[in-house]
Amino acid sequence: MSLLEVKNISKIYGSLKALDNVSLKVEKGDWLAIMGPSGSGKSTMMNIIGAMDKPTLGQVILDGKDISKESSKSLTQIRRDKIGLIFQQFHLVNYLTALENVMVAQYYHSIPDEKEAMEALERVGLADRAKHLPAQLSGGEQQRVCIARALINYPEIILADEPTGNLDEANENMVIDIFRQLHKDGSTLIVVTHDPEVAEVAQKTIVLEHGKVAREVINNEK
Amino acid sequence: MFFRMVKGALFRQRGKMLMIAFTIALGASLATAMLNVMLDVGDKVNQELKAYGANIRVVPQGRAVISQMYDVEGEENAQSQYLAENELGNIKTIFWAFNIVDFAPFLDTQCTLNSEKENIKVTGTWFTHHLSLPTGEELDAGMVSLRSWWEIDGTWIDDNKDPNVKEAMVGADIARKYGLKPGDTLKLSCGKKAENVNIKAVFSSDGEEDSVIYVPLALAQMLSDKKGLVSSIDVSALTTPDNELAKKAAQKGPSSLSKSDYETWYCTAYSSSICYQIQEVITNSVASQVRQVTESEGSILEKTQLLMLLITILSLIGSALGISNLVTASVMERSKEIGLLKAIGANDGPISGLILTEIIITSIFGGIIGYFVGLGFAQIIGHTVFNSAIDIKPMVIPIVAVLVVTVTLVGSLPAVKMLLGLRPTEVLHGR
Repeated sequence: MSLLEVKNISKIYGSLKALDNVSLKVEKGDWLAIMGPSGSGKSTMMNIIGAMDKPTLGQVILDGKDISKESSKSLTQIRRDKIGLIFQQFHLVNYLTALENVMVAQYYHSIPDEKEAMEALERVGLADRAKHLPAQLSGGEQQRVCIARALINYPEIILADEPTGNLDEANENMVIDIFRQLHKDGSTLIVVTHDPEVAEVAQKTIVLEHGKVAREVINNEK
Repeated sequence: MFFRMVKGALFRQRGKMLMIAFTIALGASLATAMLNVMLDVGDKVNQELKAYGANIRVVPQGRAVISQMYDVEGEENAQSQYLAENELGNIKTIFWAFNIVDFAPFLDTQCTLNSEKENIKVTGTWFTHHLSLPTGEELDAGMVSLRSWWEIDGTWIDDNKDPNVKEAMVGADIARKYGLKPGDTLKLSCGKKAENVNIKAVFSSDGEEDSVIYVPLALAQMLSDKKGLVSSIDVSALTTPDNELAKKAAQKGPSSLSKSDYETWYCTAYSSSICYQIQEVITNSVASQVRQVTESEGSILEKTQLLMLLITILSLIGSALGISNLVTASVMERSKEIGLLKAIGANDGPISGLILTEIIITSIFGGIIGYFVGLGFAQIIGHTVFNSAIDIKPMVIPIVAVLVVTVTLVGSLPAVKMLLGLRPTEVLHGR
């Protein structure tokens, strides 16, 4: 059984089909990249996979459960328990330190554990910046805090939306290295990106165009 | 973690939170000032009105009967009964003792001046009489404050140090008629007794009193040979405007009231209940309202209080709208943060709890500052309008507290409700 199976999903906004009959499968430990130009539907895809939105048609089966018809309360629980989200804009709480931003995810998941949160920051190389507020961190550092927050609850899937979109090359490489390590450790990664360099480090890339899967590329075979 | 988040929000967003607290403080100060002034305006206006004379007159029972039967003031031969001077202090021992602002006894007699034949009304009274009550209370009662509107040429008689002082205050009409002025000596002959007195002042009251000579009570008692007696008492009391209950008690008597109505009536400062209580402590007395004064006082007081109430309500609505708008705007600014918390798995309850806790703490902080600033505003109003301090009413504290928390919560709820309805994708990705 696949960890995530998307079956013929469509997302329709009025007369616009953001996604049109898309299907894909993600196995545990996979590293999938979703690529496409602006307006291709990749963010819509991410929202649906990330349990932040529901498809108009089709099914999304996560860990054996169809989440396409779940209530928003149930989707909140699914996000909390199974998904770690990484955003292009980082979205850190500006009045909490790096450490507290990681602990927030623990707090809403179970019980905050400062030691464990500090270890998560150590994994992304930010132990020495734990007491800093987001405004005192660089973009790359903020993104790494965001990654630490996504990892803290050991999610089934780490879902990253344009994780390097706001970063310079050095920070981009740093983030990609963290993803490599996570993949090596057995994490399942889905990365939505428009950057071919980020996409090609994944095992497989799905290219979306006009809401449809235009092609699939197995990067290991390249 | 919850308190770490609250602390972070409060201390690391100081500027924003202080702005909310400042707005709440402004609203709370306005509410505090207006409520304190409104609750005290009754007493203040009442005291202002008391400057225009007594509103209760106490006479002996016999005199009251003559007066009621023939609608005339009892004359000398009708004054078969008098009130005892030594019971006057009892007036300050009734249930509503604190509402008794001032009082003065009167003893009327007829005398001739110098070698003239015409009888003149001479009234003995207290001017600034010092009383030491059995309750331990000390007070000065008398005409000085009870007739504060008199225009005086000369100075008030000081009967405080020496109650037997041989001085007189002459009404303007008599002074004009007999060519009297302050400093002159006057011979008062009343029946078999006569006494030379110094004219301390000539007063003008623009009323019937201008044809009266006022002397210390002890002197009048000596001249009329009525030691220890008085013929009437004027009392100035702070009263509550009459309602249906008070009118019923006044018309049909307190015995017509049910037990609970009687208790309510007795424990409310209606003119009629104060009169009733005075009758209880002054033997063989009848206390009645000086109706015109009492009624117009009640009417003025009611209108003033209504006006203050309306101003207070309008001020509170204004404050509420200001607080509500700022809180709404502040909560709306946090849509991304709330979207993020929802995205990482926070439910509506904890998010609402977090925001409302922050806002309530801010509002309590602002409310406390506003309360004390409001007390200052109230005193400024008091000194500007009434030339005296406004009494601080403890009951304003819970009212302002409830008001601030309610207004803040009500102001936040629509914004919180809207934010909870937001989907994370709307705020995080703009869709």
